[in-house]
Amino acid sequence: MADWINEQLAFYLSAVMPESAEAPGYVIAALIQAALIIQVPAVGALVFIWMERKVSGRIQDRLGPTRTGGKFGWLQTLADGLKLITKEDLIPGSADAMLFKLAPYLSFAASFAAFLALPFATGWVGQHINVAVFFVAAVLGLEVFGVLLAGWASGSKWSLFGAMREAAQVVSYEVPIGLCIIIPVMVCGTMDLITIGNMQAGLFTNWLIFHDPFTFFTFWIFFTCATASVNRAPFDLAEAESELVAGFHTEYSGLRWSIFFMAEYGSMYIVSALGAILFFGGWNGPIPIFHWIGWAYSGVGETPTLAGWLANLFGCGNLILKSVVGVTVMIWVRWTLPRLRIDQVITTCWKYCVPLSSVMFVGVLLYTATDTWSPNDLFPHRSRASVREGWISQDQARSAGNPEEDEEQAARDEDDLARTSNQPGEEFVLLARSAEERK
Amino acid sequence: MSLFEPVGVTHYLIVGAVMFVIGAICMATKRNALGILMGIELVLNGANINFVAFGSQYLRTETLGLDGQLVALFVIVLAAAEAAVALAIALNFYNNHATIDVDRADELKG
Amino acid sequence: MLLFTALNWHTLFFLIFALFACFFAFCVLVTSNIVRMAFYLTLALGATAGLFMLAGAHFVGAMQLMIYVGGTLVLLVFGVMLTAQDSFVRMSTRGGDWVLAVAVGVSLLALLVVAAIYLPQGEFHADAQAKIPADVANQTTSLGLALLSTRPDKLVATNETLAAGMSGYLLPFEIVSVHLLVVLIGAAYLARARRHAPPPS
Repeated sequence: MADWINEQLAFYLSAVMPESAEAPGYVIAALIQAALIIQVPAVGALVFIWMERKVSGRIQDRLGPTRTGGKFGWLQTLADGLKLITKEDLIPGSADAMLFKLAPYLSFAASFAAFLALPFATGWVGQHINVAVFFVAAVLGLEVFGVLLAGWASGSKWSLFGAMREAAQVVSYEVPIGLCIIIPVMVCGTMDLITIGNMQAGLFTNWLIFHDPFTFFTFWIFFTCATASVNRAPFDLAEAESELVAGFHTEYSGLRWSIFFMAEYGSMYIVSALGAILFFGGWNGPIPIFHWIGWAYSGVGETPTLAGWLANLFGCGNLILKSVVGVTVMIWVRWTLPRLRIDQVITTCWKYCVPLSSVMFVGVLLYTATDTWSPNDLFPHRSRASVREGWISQDQARSAGNPEEDEEQAARDEDDLARTSNQPGEEFVLLARSAEERK
Repeated sequence: MSLFEPVGVTHYLIVGAVMFVIGAICMATKRNALGILMGIELVLNGANINFVAFGSQYLRTETLGLDGQLVALFVIVLAAAEAAVALAIALNFYNNHATIDVDRADELKG
Repeated sequence: MLLFTALNWHTLFFLIFALFACFFAFCVLVTSNIVRMAFYLTLALGATAGLFMLAGAHFVGAMQLMIYVGGTLVLLVFGVMLTAQDSFVRMSTRGGDWVLAVAVGVSLLALLVVAAIYLPQGEFHADAQAKIPADVANQTTSLGLALLSTRPDKLVATNETLAAGMSGYLLPFEIVSVHLLVVLIGAAYLARARRHAPPPS
């Protein structure tokens, strides 16, 4: 996008722009991408709050909002937003005013920063980070600061209790989440989310959740720990409505409260999207229709085409659908299961989730090390090694979606690896050499 | 240093030095035991900046490479471990003496 | 307009992050409110993570965010909140202590800055900074292999002196792992709940 903007600027403003100006394009592209990404937590929160009220209503045998905006109450959240904006901005007297005002924005900033590395389709990502999985996990763990400071700065002992419970919970659950996230990383050999998504292209048997029984269970453990990490029921004692009034955001009203909730729904979306990319194939559908009709990009670094863009659009829609399903399950579980006590939450983490995820880790390790057959081998779409090391080198042009050539190249890659992987580290020499060749 | 020239290792080293010195002054002047702990974290971060700068391939051609990053990694891990133990000690002190002021920690004095 | 385009963006962002880090570190020094100190420290260390990423150490930067900021500092903030009762939130130091500490600090800073400036610069990788390449040949794999005592970058190293010194990090890795276990047990022991003797009935 940046290059396209640069071209347009050079064309229209050629009198003013010097020859080799690249910066304006990058800055404008970055601003546009940031504006696009902020729509996801902002509009997503709107939609999810409405969905929560409808789903919770149905589970409780009532209808939920039905008046604002027609029969389904679609504009209810907008009306709520307007109400919140017009509320009086209260700051408790014994509160630390600066930290009180800053805390919601810290939470939201952490939640939004994780969207930077989250891809929506091949190449459709805010910033293509090599260690994307690690970055998302790291940044999601920063949300706890907003909560802690909110609890402290409210100047109320109940808020402080809620905040400290939540901090203990989030920090404890980072351990099993880290272990569960490492498992797909281990199977794929890369931390790059786009590469992991592309490795699961093809029929749904290629999805990592079907790689072996251990990854199958890992997804459920990941989902449980992710629900705990974003403080959703049954792990939501930080906001425990029936116990601590409202926990750490008791003293928050109006717009500040809504920012906390945008952060929370944003985080729910992120962990669902992460689970979808890592385990459920990301933007790949169950059947690779766009590969069969030749529209999909078959490599990184291809020139953009309209057909490829459309294929990406459907992939993006696919990923959003999967993430929304994840969020819906979280909402469903909230209104179905009773809340756990804090000691039960921490027990679940340390006594159940951590040992289970460690066992899954060892299981997947042995499974991949012994090269056991997996359902992923039923209909392989493209060799995983070739995806990891970049499908296309700069000098090889390749026709989009030509399956025979893909297979030949995949076979050649497999031969290379088989030939040179006699000693440890040799595979890496291949990587280093091919990286040099590509320069 | 102007905004049109690339930065070199020196600029990173100066940032590291500033953080180190601020951390050292923090350790020397804070009365709160946790303030002293924060000074320690700043010192370790200043040292980390130095290591990463020497290991960066964008700042110098003869770079330490992975060695710089690995040592920085070890420093981060060890700092976390040391902060945990120091915090446990500080909390024990608080529980036993009902104060977190290190100026009151003079029972062994004289 | 010309200025805008000739700007070295790497330098600009370095300046932003460096000023951020130093300013908030200074705020840690100056403020006497312990909770604000913890908050400013968080911001300073977050800016340091940005500096790491600008220098090309993506893994170390992400690890700084996850472990240092997201772990160690959360621990520190917990400790702060457990001990920040009314009288301990604000504690100020006497003037005499400040003078001595600042004098020593400034002289140390002068020494370090002079040493940094007189460092032999070596060659710049000027064109590498103009456009930071996106595919840094998988750094995480190199780091992981180095921790297992294989140094893949030794195979492609250009400088003979430096290449001779590249060794594996397996022993430090094991030592640090055992160290962490010891710290885990030790901290848990130090922080254990002590049973109070029941009051005499």
